[in-house]
Parts: sequence; C-alpha cells; structure tokens
Amino acid sequence: MMRLLRALVQRWLVFALGVAAWEVAARGATDPAFPPPSRIVAKMYDLWFSGPVTGLFLTEGARADILPSLTRLATALALGTVLGVVAGLALGRSAHAHAYLDPVLQFFRAIPPPLLVPVFIVLFTVGAQMQVSSIVFSVIWPILLNTADGARTVERLQIDTARVFRMRPAERLFLIIIPAAMPKIFAGLRLALSLSLILMVFSELQPATENGIGFRLYDAYTRFDYQEMWAAIALLGVLGYLFNAALMAVERRVLAWHRGVRGVTA
Amino acid sequence: MIGRRRRAADAAPSRRIPRTGLIVRGATGVAALVAASELLGRAGIVHRDFFPPASAVLLRAAELATDPDFLTDLRITLTAWFLGLLIAIAVAVPAGVLLGSVPLVNTAVQAIVEFLRPIPSVALVPLVALLLGTELDMKLTVIVYASAWPILYNTVYGLRDVDPLAKETLRTFGFGRLAVMWRVSIPATAPFIATGVRMAAAVALILTVTAEMFGGFGDGLGVFAAQAQNVPGGIDDTLAVAVWAGLLGLAANAALVAGERRLFRWQYHGHSH
Repeated sequence: MMRLLRALVQRWLVFALGVAAWEVAARGATDPAFPPPSRIVAKMYDLWFSGPVTGLFLTEGARADILPSLTRLATALALGTVLGVVAGLALGRSAHAHAYLDPVLQFFRAIPPPLLVPVFIVLFTVGAQMQVSSIVFSVIWPILLNTADGARTVERLQIDTARVFRMRPAERLFLIIIPAAMPKIFAGLRLALSLSLILMVFSELQPATENGIGFRLYDAYTRFDYQEMWAAIALLGVLGYLFNAALMAVERRVLAWHRGVRGVTA
Repeated sequence: MIGRRRRAADAAPSRRIPRTGLIVRGATGVAALVAASELLGRAGIVHRDFFPPASAVLLRAAELATDPDFLTDLRITLTAWFLGLLIAIAVAVPAGVLLGSVPLVNTAVQAIVEFLRPIPSVALVPLVALLLGTELDMKLTVIVYASAWPILYNTVYGLRDVDPLAKETLRTFGFGRLAVMWRVSIPATAPFIATGVRMAAAVALILTVTAEMFGGFGDGLGVFAAQAQNVPGGIDDTLAVAVWAGLLGLAANAALVAGERRLFRWQYHGHSH
C-alpha cells in the first residue's frame, strides 16, 4: 500500500506541481494568450461535454466538431490500413515487384502529405472526400512499406517448414506470413496514427471547411479566441493519447506471442 | 534491439537480385509510372486541370530550378527545416540522456511527457501563428515541438538497451558514473539517436511545409504551393513543388542512412551475418 502510494506520488507529483505553477503564473500574468489550465478545462466542458445525460453529456458542439473528425479519421485509417496491408503483402512476397516499385513508393512516402491537400481540394472540393483522401495518402505509405518489409523478411526456415507440410498458399499467408509481418505492420500503424492526426487537423484548417475539430480551431483563430484554441489543442491531445493507448492495447494483445513486444516507438 | 533487428532485415532482400538489377528495375518502375500518368493525363479521361500529364509536371519542376522566386522559397524552407532539426537535436538528446539515466527524473516527468506528446503538432500552428506571426520563429517552434519526440524517445530507449555487463566491467575498473556514460552508454546509444534523427527529419519537413501553407504569406515551398492553388492551372505548380519536396525528403533520408552506415559500421558488421 505504501509502495503504491509512493509510486503514485512519484509519478504525479511533478505533473501536479507543474499544472499548479502554470495556473498561478497564468492567473498572475493575465495575458489573454495564456489562460490558466482551469479555464481551458472549463471551456472544454462548456464547448463539448456539458450536454444532457441521454446524449452521453455531448453537446451540440461536440456533434459538430468531434464526431465528423473522428468519422473521417476512422474511415481513412480503415481504408489506408486495408489498402496498405494488402498491397504490402503482395509486394513483400515478390522480390521483382518490390524491385520495380520500391523507388516510386519511397518517393511517395517522402512527399510531405500537406503539400497535396491543394491537389485534393481541386479534385474533390473542400469536404469529407478531400479530407479522407488527404489522411489516406498520409497513412498508406508507412503501412504499405512496413508490411512489405515484414513480409519480405519471413525466416527461410518457416517458409521451408510450410513447404514440407504442403501448406496451401492461403494457409501459408494467414498462418505464417501475416503473423511474421505483424510486428512490422504495427510499427507502421503507429507512425500512421500520428500522421493521420496531423492530416486530420490540417485538412480541416482549410478555409471553407464546415465542421471538425480543426474547423473549430481555425474559427477560434480568426476570432482571436485564445481560450477556445487552447481547448481544441487540449482536446486533440486527449484524443491522441486515447488512440495511442488503444493501438498499444491491441498490439499487446495481437503480438502477445512475440518475444520482442515492448512499448517501443522505433 | 529494434534498431539492430531492422538493420539485419535491411541487408537480407537485396541478396536475390544484384545491385545493377535493382537499379534497372527501379528506374523501369519510375518510367512506367510516368508513362501511365502521362497516358491518363493525355487521354482526356480526367480533366487537364485536375490531373496534368506527368511531363508537364516534371517540366515545370525542372523550370523551377532556374526560377529565382522558387529558389528563394527553397532556401527559406531548407533553412527552417535544418535549423529546426538542429534545435530539436540540441534539446532532445540531452533531455533523453537525463531521462534515460536518472530513473527518478524519468518517473517524475513521465506524466508530463505523456500528456504533451500526443498533441498533434499541427494543432499548435494557429496558436503560435497568432503569438509569433508566420515567419521563422513560428516555424521553428512547431518544427522543434514535432521533431523532438522521436529523438527523445529513441535516446531513452537506446540508453535502456545498453549492455549492463559492459557498464559493470568499466565500473569494476574504477571508472566513475560520468566516465561510464561517456565511454559506454553514449556510444551504444548513438545508433538509436541516429534513427530518431532520421524519423525527426521527415516529420520536420512535414511541419515546415504545414506551417508555411497555413501562414500563406512570405516565402517557402509551402507558401508557393498554397498560392499556386488560387491560380487557374496552378495545379502544375503545386505538383512540381511536391516533386521537389519528395526529392528533398529522399535525399535527406539517403544522406542520413549513409551517415549511419559509415559511423556505426561496427554495428552493421556485428549483426548482418
């Protein structure tokens, strides 16, 4: 019990002190650009979480800001993951296909995705399609290239064993290649997740956007509403934290068999 | 562990196809892509303003190389990218060494780090733009915020991965804490830090361009691309800038990988049986 308490204090003391210091400093300075944390939290509550119990406390604002963003993010991540993993597996299993396409794919990955947002705006005009495609473009490359890398480097012994057991191609794919590529796929997903958040926000920061957290942020920017901007930033931090935690939990579960499982962001 | 495993894997696949074969095939792939998009662009299936033929984009990209306005933009972007990355290294490596070697500091600060890291850096762009304007200061702030994390995390994990036996050995010979740090821990961590820097370089370029596009005024590749979208037919310019940025990203990555190979040759030899 004492031990637990001490660990808790060690872990949270500096954090609590930091927040307290920020609160005191911000109250003392009364600079509108740096509101105290208590006011930021209050603003978040007002904007998004003061709704009725029946709506899970979500306000009208939450339905306009958070839900559209999350829907687009989820759609794009699902699309990007499916496309990236399928293409990556195909590419990883053929040394020739890989040799032909690797430079092209590396080039696409190297393009900073925000630069293509204007292109997607021209193609789809501002809206969900443009936003989803921007996110898909950012997530597909790390997933694809990591999957290909993972599928390429299945151990010789495993492939030979599969041959000895006369496994059918489908069995070989699902029982050997995909599990072997899994750690790499998850490494790609972690990179993809942080890129997807960047593109989610950036695609919503475009003028003429209609909803989303990025839209709220841009709207607050045009009105010099610092409190609302801080609230949006904090909300994005919380969401980023939750998504990351969820991905790590899935990864730990899926890769439980893999001895190299650690919370490493490499 | 992770870094080493990846290197061992990198070395394996090229064995089957010889190096010249790889280059020829890679070049063929590029040529095929250019030809396909050229056909698609010329066939009139998609509108010229939506999907210009590859030749037009590449020609425009080549033209830009002699365009003084573009070269100014390029210089401004490179400066912000490079400076931002340099500051991030200067901040994140010492911080990572501190966190990785003093457990008490690590537990104490961990909550703050976990709270700050998930904030998508681009969310800071509008706030910092209001506070600092849209010039170099603003860009550097968001670049450093975004690119410090991978360096910090890799430094911490690298330090944790140092062979305890090596440290013990030096300690029994009477070396002090700092000497062990300097002679064993830092060299053993260096490859991890290098991987972190390589990841940071990619993120830093993204944030440089993002910050420039958001500002929309002044100089920089992002500004160039953002302004092009308001002009009819500007999509050629936007795509030409994307080509340039992609090539810059590739060049930076290649340079960093080459640097790693050269600096940490001992590691490659040890693990790519």
